[in-house]
Amino acid sequence: MRNRLLIGTTLALMAGWLLPVLTNVAAQTPAAAQTPAAQAPASPAYRAPRTPDGKPNLNGIWQTMNTANWNIEAHPAGPSPARELGAAGAVPAGLGVVDGGEIPYLPAARKKQQENYTNRLKLDPEIKCYLPGVPRATYQGMPFQIIQSTKHIMLIHEFAGAVRTIYMTDQTEAPADSWMGWSNGRWEGETLVVDTKGFNDLSWLDRAGNFHSDALHVVERFTPRSAETITYDVTIEDPKVFSRPWKMSMPLYKHVERNAQILEFRCVEFVEDLLYGHLRKQPAK
Amino acid sequence: MKRTWAPKRGARRRLLLGAVAAVFLAASVPSAQQTRPYKAPRTPDGQPDLQGFWTNSTYTPLERPDGVTKALYTPEEAEAAIKLAIQRESAQTEPGTTADVHYDFSQFGLDRSQSLFVRNLRTSLIVDPPTGKIPPLTEEGKRRTALRTEEQKKLGGRWDSAESNQLDDRCLIMAGPGPPMMDAAYNSNYQIVQSPGVVMILTEMIHDVRIVTLDGRPQPDAKVRQWMGVSRGRWDGETLVVETTNFNGKNPFRGSDENLKVIERFTRLSDDTIEYKFTIDDPTMWTRPWSAESAMKKTVGPIFEHACHEGNFGLYNTLVGARLEEKRQAEEALKKGSK
Repeated sequence: MRNRLLIGTTLALMAGWLLPVLTNVAAQTPAAAQTPAAQAPASPAYRAPRTPDGKPNLNGIWQTMNTANWNIEAHPAGPSPARELGAAGAVPAGLGVVDGGEIPYLPAARKKQQENYTNRLKLDPEIKCYLPGVPRATYQGMPFQIIQSTKHIMLIHEFAGAVRTIYMTDQTEAPADSWMGWSNGRWEGETLVVDTKGFNDLSWLDRAGNFHSDALHVVERFTPRSAETITYDVTIEDPKVFSRPWKMSMPLYKHVERNAQILEFRCVEFVEDLLYGHLRKQPAK
Repeated sequence: MKRTWAPKRGARRRLLLGAVAAVFLAASVPSAQQTRPYKAPRTPDGQPDLQGFWTNSTYTPLERPDGVTKALYTPEEAEAAIKLAIQRESAQTEPGTTADVHYDFSQFGLDRSQSLFVRNLRTSLIVDPPTGKIPPLTEEGKRRTALRTEEQKKLGGRWDSAESNQLDDRCLIMAGPGPPMMDAAYNSNYQIVQSPGVVMILTEMIHDVRIVTLDGRPQPDAKVRQWMGVSRGRWDGETLVVETTNFNGKNPFRGSDENLKVIERFTRLSDDTIEYKFTIDDPTMWTRPWSAESAMKKTVGPIFEHACHEGNFGLYNTLVGARLEEKRQAEEALKKGSK
């Protein structure tokens, strides 16, 4: 009730400048047309419900609804990389989530990405049940839960039980390199801004062999755009691999099922034969 | 190398044991403190606040050692028991041996005595039955235990395949997350984060996370079975009560099976202590439920990323080694035969 009153008042106060803002957004539309749908403007007036300590409330179970894990760049549909899976494992087409369409690789890095793609069945860390890294964990396709407290915001991913701790206080540099990086966060109005460094060079950005080095620096912006969607904007910087910083954008959708929960996906068990099967003791001849 | 280390280690031990003795009177059995009411600080939404970094590392065994007949040691006896346990722990590997290269508990700070651990006058974590021992198995429990041993045998020797190895060496799961949450020999560290309706417990070992829902939802279908089960919680005054079922039985706790129900009670006793009680109820396996009591002590963060599987060169290398050894033996046998 109080919230509704507040929103009413806010809307009334904003009526004076809301129109010019909308006009401005409309004017930008042609330029935005090439960028992903996530950038379709959320109502600029959207103000997320608050947590008990007064921050925008991002708590909940979220998931992307796109093909970014197959390839963050635009791609046509294609056959399954594993023949036996037929149409069930085939690659759905995707419009891409990279701002401007193409990742600005350094020439040698683009070559490496192509080699990665060619050898993806052997090299993709996802196949081996390795921690997915950032930002891949976000759009890998499985749900993740945001658990928000004043000091720490946890991102708990279903895939491989990957965990990120976002330090909102007591922030330090990364004490060691890791798969999921070291994340410090801050609030900028409605937006949770997460700055992550301290990565190793072992995770990929998708199944198409897009990759990064240990110089990766990721800045993510989680902006609530409605009660059940968040706009997720990512800036990727890695001077060893890319010629300039570049961006991705996509919406996150909230699970609204009353019984939604993150379930175990302890995939180590599912890949042991793949990784170690050739080392199995052979029966005596 | 080892020898130059030893004196330092000894000196460190002595200091540590001195400190142990000094704080023993202050440290105590959790339940002894219950007469002094402590009200935990509150989260912004009014839950008792269990948040922060904790450890349940302890030298107190789950079961009472044979020959010990009382539930509580005197502080002097407890000190002696810890001293003995520290000696045993560092004697796990012999300096200069192959085993020592892999796991020198003292050198890498893996033994409990080099970090904070829960001091306890109890002779066992088990408080019920009063014997401090796990109760006898049911007939069905005996049958299932024998069956499990058979199944394991079918997998062959430990180094025959990844699957025949131990769960922790396969980086599948360790003792930390439970439930019940048990001291994991090293890195027994946890982080608790609360948001409205949720308590999250992150275990350092293999970054296992328990998400305990507090909204009163029922357990999922019995077909949903997990290594850590499915946990539902509620507040009983100052105490977080968590009930867990839907286990898959693949990570038996002291021989438990898939019908296991674990009831845990977390109560903050002071700024730096959470009392941790649990009851094990698995009527398929045991003739009666049994209960234990431990504590979590406040420690410092952060929880580091324990990418166990990703760096599991140990499992890979031991399998390679075992196959090479077989090859060597086969060649030797062939040579002998041809002579």
